Amino acid sequence: MYPELGQLALIIALLLAVLLSTVPLAGALTGRDSLQAFARPLSAGMFVFTGVSFAVLTHAFMVDDFSVAYVANNSNSMLPWYYKFSAVWGGHEGSLLLWILMLAGWTLAVAMFSRKLPSVMVSQVLSVMGMICVGFFLFIVITSNPFERILPNIPADGSDLNPLLQDIGLILHPPMLYMGYVGFSVAFAFAIAALINGKLDAAWARWSRPWTTVAWSFLTLGIALGSWWAYYELGWGGWWFWDPVENASLLPWLSGTALMHSLAVTEKRGVFKSWTVLLAIVTFSLSLLGAFLVRSGVLTSVHSFAADPERGSFLLALLGITVVSSLVLYAFRAPVVHVRSRYDSLSREIFLLLNNVLLVAATLLVAIGTLYPLVLDYLNMGKLSIGEPFFNATFSPMAVAAGLLLGAGIFSRWKKTDGGWLARKLLWPLAVSVVATTGVMLIYGGFAPWAFAGVFASVWVTVATAWDLWDKSSSRQGRWHGLKRQSRSYYGMVFGHLGLAMVMAGATVVSNYGIERDVRMVPGDSAMVGDYQVVFTGIGDRRGANFTAEYGSFDVFLDGKQVAELHPEKRHYPVDMSVMTEADIDGGLFRDVFIAIGERITDEAWAIRLQYKPLVRWLWLGSLVMAIGGFLAISDKRYRIRVRSEAKVDTGNEAGAAPAEARA
Amino acid sequence: MKRLMLFLPLILAVGVGIFLAAGIGKDPTRLESALIGKPVPEFSLANLREPGQTLDQSLFRGEVALLNVWAEWCPACWDEHEDLMWLANEKGVRIVGLNYKDEKEKAFSFLDRLGDPYQTIIYDPRGSLGFDLGVYGAPETFVIDAEGVVRYRHVGVVNERVWEEILLPVINRVEGKS
Repeated sequence: MYPELGQLALIIALLLAVLLSTVPLAGALTGRDSLQAFARPLSAGMFVFTGVSFAVLTHAFMVDDFSVAYVANNSNSMLPWYYKFSAVWGGHEGSLLLWILMLAGWTLAVAMFSRKLPSVMVSQVLSVMGMICVGFFLFIVITSNPFERILPNIPADGSDLNPLLQDIGLILHPPMLYMGYVGFSVAFAFAIAALINGKLDAAWARWSRPWTTVAWSFLTLGIALGSWWAYYELGWGGWWFWDPVENASLLPWLSGTALMHSLAVTEKRGVFKSWTVLLAIVTFSLSLLGAFLVRSGVLTSVHSFAADPERGSFLLALLGITVVSSLVLYAFRAPVVHVRSRYDSLSREIFLLLNNVLLVAATLLVAIGTLYPLVLDYLNMGKLSIGEPFFNATFSPMAVAAGLLLGAGIFSRWKKTDGGWLARKLLWPLAVSVVATTGVMLIYGGFAPWAFAGVFASVWVTVATAWDLWDKSSSRQGRWHGLKRQSRSYYGMVFGHLGLAMVMAGATVVSNYGIERDVRMVPGDSAMVGDYQVVFTGIGDRRGANFTAEYGSFDVFLDGKQVAELHPEKRHYPVDMSVMTEADIDGGLFRDVFIAIGERITDEAWAIRLQYKPLVRWLWLGSLVMAIGGFLAISDKRYRIRVRSEAKVDTGNEAGAAPAEARA
Repeated sequence: MKRLMLFLPLILAVGVGIFLAAGIGKDPTRLESALIGKPVPEFSLANLREPGQTLDQSLFRGEVALLNVWAEWCPACWDEHEDLMWLANEKGVRIVGLNYKDEKEKAFSFLDRLGDPYQTIIYDPRGSLGFDLGVYGAPETFVIDAEGVVRYRHVGVVNERVWEEILLPVINRVEGKS
């Protein structure tokens, strides 16, 4: 009974989405307030019914309702409750429902936090969100109904959640990732509304910014969680595989990063408008492309969903309609009047433009590397494998270049920066960075050109950011007062850049100075990995909730002192007859010691994988710092809603935007 | 003029869309190998079953063989395995396995469960031979003649139909020639 209610709720939500995509827009185009007023209630209703549907599916998982095909395929009565909960989004249908729930959630959020916007704009933005919702509701209702029943032969038990996915990383990774993907729909909706109105002004950029930043922060967290999960759960110790699905998440991240920076220029200086609006369209399109790549089966990947041509065609149609209609709109409506250059060839505008060029180039690079096989296939031109070597060789130089540019760009001023002044300004950070980078090289023992470049870029960004903070916070009333005086959005930027520096440092150091050893060990043996001595003390058995495991015991020594005792496992999941390697890791801020047990070679001997991973945590900590930066930026005073003055703000805001328009 | 520039993204997007559309429904990687008619690339990799032993391209001399690229992580490999068992046991086909970007213990548990149709298995954890062969995903199956020359590449699952309609004719042709 319940599952049918869930489906009904989904269909009602679809109908509400259809109304949302038409009624307020009609109201906005004809200037009828009464129709525009429907936007907010319809958004709320759509969210509520999607929520009901999601709750029903969750309930089906919790009570082990195996008459629902999706539950039977992705759960099992032996599964602990928290994995039953996360199994809701463990497969295609449920994760799509989560995606839609978030889309409805973002729509509701726009409805709630847009009180200061002109009603016409709100109606248009919400209508565009509604259109996107219609697309995805149709997709789930037509091709991927999560409530489909297996009747009358209800299976006695489910076929279990893929053991790879039974992990805290999976509970969190998809929701974060989807929040990011879907969140870019808001910036997209604002861009489309602005194009319809023909008002690409500072107000538009100002309102798009916090939404973009939030979505970007979630996406950053999502990608980092995925990488962290792959690192400890796949048991290989790798943190990025350039897998098509990973690339699919990196693409909107890169263009979203470009968008954030470009929006800043558009808001502050009123330039790059056409470019910014194009980036907003591209970023969301890339999110959709990611969904398409993962769910259509056009590319093979370790973690793509089952291929289904019908779903693929539907998604491609959705992607096609979105992209083509928005780009047609763009082509006809984007402003072509180029503002006569109101900035010098050396200015903050130029630095941010270069930042955008690099990020877009990196986006293209990843896109090409991911889609190339498809293109070649189409042209019948044979085949070339693109894998890690291609990405590592091309992506790293861009990352370093972006870092170097960033360090210099921090000191630049809007409109015009004096070249000599900037060079003098950079002298000290340069000296400090060279010394610090050399120091890092000495500590890790061994100079390598790319290691130097990567570490240097990272140190350079850090030093420049800190230097700038120091400059800005000087105050007659003392340093503390100076620090307090800085805005939250400034601190957001500082965190964002420091986080990036951490990620770059982590990636460079672990790639260049990490050690991997595959050794054969019998209990009592010891082996060295880096400076660490690992002693294999024995093997034991234990039982988990839905698996049995063999675990090894290892003592880890550094300079004769024990630093850790590790118990990597090999787990056997009886229900779906699979074996999982559960690595054990002694984590630390500066290094991880990673042990995984492999196959039993003889009765006594085991294949053991030992790894020393310096600074690997910085990858994820850095991402966290970046995301914190994003959240700090949007908590800035200027975005906080002043509820009391609400009544008047609609007109007030337009007046506030007027000077910016006049300037343009 | 400038207005025309704004159409550029649209044109690009439509172009990409055509490629994507072409990709749907097709087997993801039914791609001709640039290697057809050329010898198997040089390699030097461990034997999965006997880690001490190193294998190289001379493995393919003397007898026609299927080179099957597989991995435990690849769901389609599970599907086709039964058919490979059938080929090896019923048809007496010589199948060389290329364990591609896999982990040893996973590979072994896979074989323990489903059986082992391979005469020899090349262990390629980093995918280096796979890279040289232009492998994009697993499974892929190559027909290699007695001189060690690649004759055919099949991307995707091997089953009875693929064997009867595609691989067997190729093998017959190759054996007729050599």
